[in-house]
Amino acid sequence: MTRLQRVFRDLARYPSAIVGLVIIAGLLIVAVYAVISIPYSEAIRLWRGGDEVVRENPRNARPVWANLFSRAELPRTIVLSSRDGSAEKSTEVLPGAKDVTITFTFDFPYDDFPQEIIVFFTAQYAARQPHVEMAWLTPDGRSIRVGDISPRWSDAFRFALDTRLVRRLGGQVPQVALFANPDPPPARGGQEGVPVPLKGTYQLQVSGLVFEEEGDVDAQLVVYGQVHGLGGTDHRRRDLMVALLWGTPVALAFGLLAALGSTVTTMVIAAIGVWFGGAVDATIQRITEVNLILPVLPILIMVGTLYSRSIWIILGLVILLSIFGSSIKTFRAIFLQVKESPYIEAAQAYGAGNWRVILHYLVPRIVPLLVPQLVVLVPTFVFLEASLAVLGLGDPVLPTWGKVINDANSQGALFNRYYYWVLEPAALLMLTGLGFTMVGFALDRIFNPRLRDL
Amino acid sequence: MQQNHALLRVEDLVLYFRTTQGAVQAVDGVTFDLGYREAVVIVGESGCGKTSLAKAILRLLPRNVDAYSGHVYLDGTDVMSLGDEEFRRQVRWVKMSLVPQAAMNSLNPVLKVGDQVAEPMMVHSAVKKDKALTQARTMFQRVGVPVDFLNRYAFELSGGMRQRVAIAMALTTVPDLVILDEPTSALDVLTQANIFNLLKRIKQDLEISFILITHDIATSSELADRVAVMYAGQIVEVSDAYRFFTEPLHPYSQKLMASVPRLRGDQEPEFITGQPPSLIDLPPGCRFAPRCPSRFEQCKEDPPMVEAHRHQVKCWLYA
Repeated sequence: MTRLQRVFRDLARYPSAIVGLVIIAGLLIVAVYAVISIPYSEAIRLWRGGDEVVRENPRNARPVWANLFSRAELPRTIVLSSRDGSAEKSTEVLPGAKDVTITFTFDFPYDDFPQEIIVFFTAQYAARQPHVEMAWLTPDGRSIRVGDISPRWSDAFRFALDTRLVRRLGGQVPQVALFANPDPPPARGGQEGVPVPLKGTYQLQVSGLVFEEEGDVDAQLVVYGQVHGLGGTDHRRRDLMVALLWGTPVALAFGLLAALGSTVTTMVIAAIGVWFGGAVDATIQRITEVNLILPVLPILIMVGTLYSRSIWIILGLVILLSIFGSSIKTFRAIFLQVKESPYIEAAQAYGAGNWRVILHYLVPRIVPLLVPQLVVLVPTFVFLEASLAVLGLGDPVLPTWGKVINDANSQGALFNRYYYWVLEPAALLMLTGLGFTMVGFALDRIFNPRLRDL
Repeated sequence: MQQNHALLRVEDLVLYFRTTQGAVQAVDGVTFDLGYREAVVIVGESGCGKTSLAKAILRLLPRNVDAYSGHVYLDGTDVMSLGDEEFRRQVRWVKMSLVPQAAMNSLNPVLKVGDQVAEPMMVHSAVKKDKALTQARTMFQRVGVPVDFLNRYAFELSGGMRQRVAIAMALTTVPDLVILDEPTSALDVLTQANIFNLLKRIKQDLEISFILITHDIATSSELADRVAVMYAGQIVEVSDAYRFFTEPLHPYSQKLMASVPRLRGDQEPEFITGQPPSLIDLPPGCRFAPRCPSRFEQCKEDPPMVEAHRHQVKCWLYA
């Protein structure tokens, strides 16, 4: 413990190391939080998407904090439902039928129009579907007929797809026409003719007839905003926050395991080669030289395409390919020197076997060199995993940062000005790289006294 | 002097190293024996093959071995015929242990010295670590190292303490024979005296035989039962310690003794003219002949080992 404390005390002398440690600690906290708050199966479910998970999310919505950077306040999503009491529902029993009235009342204080308006219905009936009519009440007292529908068990009325409504609104898309100010104040900067939303309290009245005694109808109004959550959403309405949060433990685990797995095995193999020498050493060196010219990325792509894209398969492959990496040569050079130390001969004299010498006498001498290298290697593997995901070889079920970038790339996020979509995962990747590199360089200076005066 | 019940009998041991200039004849036909509870001191100049002899006995060979032959009988069995793995398991530290030259550097810098002393026991007698540590603790007490040093690292210890730790390490498994390769060469006189007193006490208490390799004749007289003089890879004289120190026979031994300063008496220390021969390019005949003050015609031929005045000596003067 004291040695560890000493290392930390030394680290504290480098401001960059402190910044790096804070970043790493932050990432670890996020990772732990992600795993605890969103269990693995839940994360998979949320990321798979599908109607029941993401139907209340807007499409390609910016994160909420995008409002900080724009003069106009962008609308958030408004969800009201007759089921949970956020909408008024009254039922009047008539002979042979029920009259159901659902009133959605909401405030609209935003400077831009919503993205989409949908009313989801759930109806209960045995033979005859209920019939509902919808009317839109604006803050300035206008009443606009929206349309009517006979909802099935589960149905949706999409305002923008209802051609009659669009025709009735003079060809304007409903989410603009229904919220537009009919006589807009004189626009500044000469933007004449551009619709401006009218702020105030809106109402949607759904009045329906249920033709059976046991029957009922419920409705949920979703006015999709242009911003959503801390991460925004993607083209499949999935909350990016899920991927950003869960990408953290995945990236850290992948990076740490790959770095640890490859360096430790590399070190042991180098020690074995040096200790036994002769044919063993020659074999290891030749394998290394052959492995060094094998192209890693094409092999990974090949395996990903033909065999499996599971992150664990890729992780194993990455470790396997980097075991006989160039660091074997570096380690070998050091081991050759250590091997000649008198204490190694002394160990042999007292009868220490080959493995004892390798594991107790050779390997521990390298550990001080290994630690900084290991820390610096972590982001390399994190980036590798992200690169594979960008190339479309990410794990098919796990949400990762690389897959977010991959989606953004395939959906033309930058052309469509969805900058958040690329910037969020990229920022996290860079932060990870920065944190580990800063700590790694400081550790290198601590463990490698020759660098200390630089 | 030939004993049937010698602990160790070395017969015609040869160890040559291969170099680009030719074969280094570091150990060239060495024969001697060692009884139970006996200490033999092997003296000689630097580079005469003393350390190579120790390594040849313990089979600690470098990679560039050119020739390695002869017999080493330990308790009557020829350990030279054992395989490497058998030798490691049955001989090293079980029967023979070594306090290596530069013992100060022969401790693993990343292990605590207590663990290091416990290691041979864990290797050889499959003892659990805590038991081995208890044993290490008693060994520390025996060699005079404070027991709380068990948890220190080698670099935290002084030279004398490190030397004691190395000795403790050689003793943990209580072998029959301990080879001490210049155990005091890097230490000051006072510490040297302490270490030698310690070795004398251990020899009595544990009934261990010693081979003490040194170039320091004065201090070696403290411990020696017998003395073997080594010159250019060969043993040139073996004798009882008392007789050796009072009356050395071989001209080299005489010169060696004369080079030791005396506390009483006006005798100026002498020196041996010339250089010790290169072990690659040895002179024909007697190897000491080029530097010998009493050389004569016959010295061009290799002298036999003869017995004279109850010494064994390899010199034509006594043949």
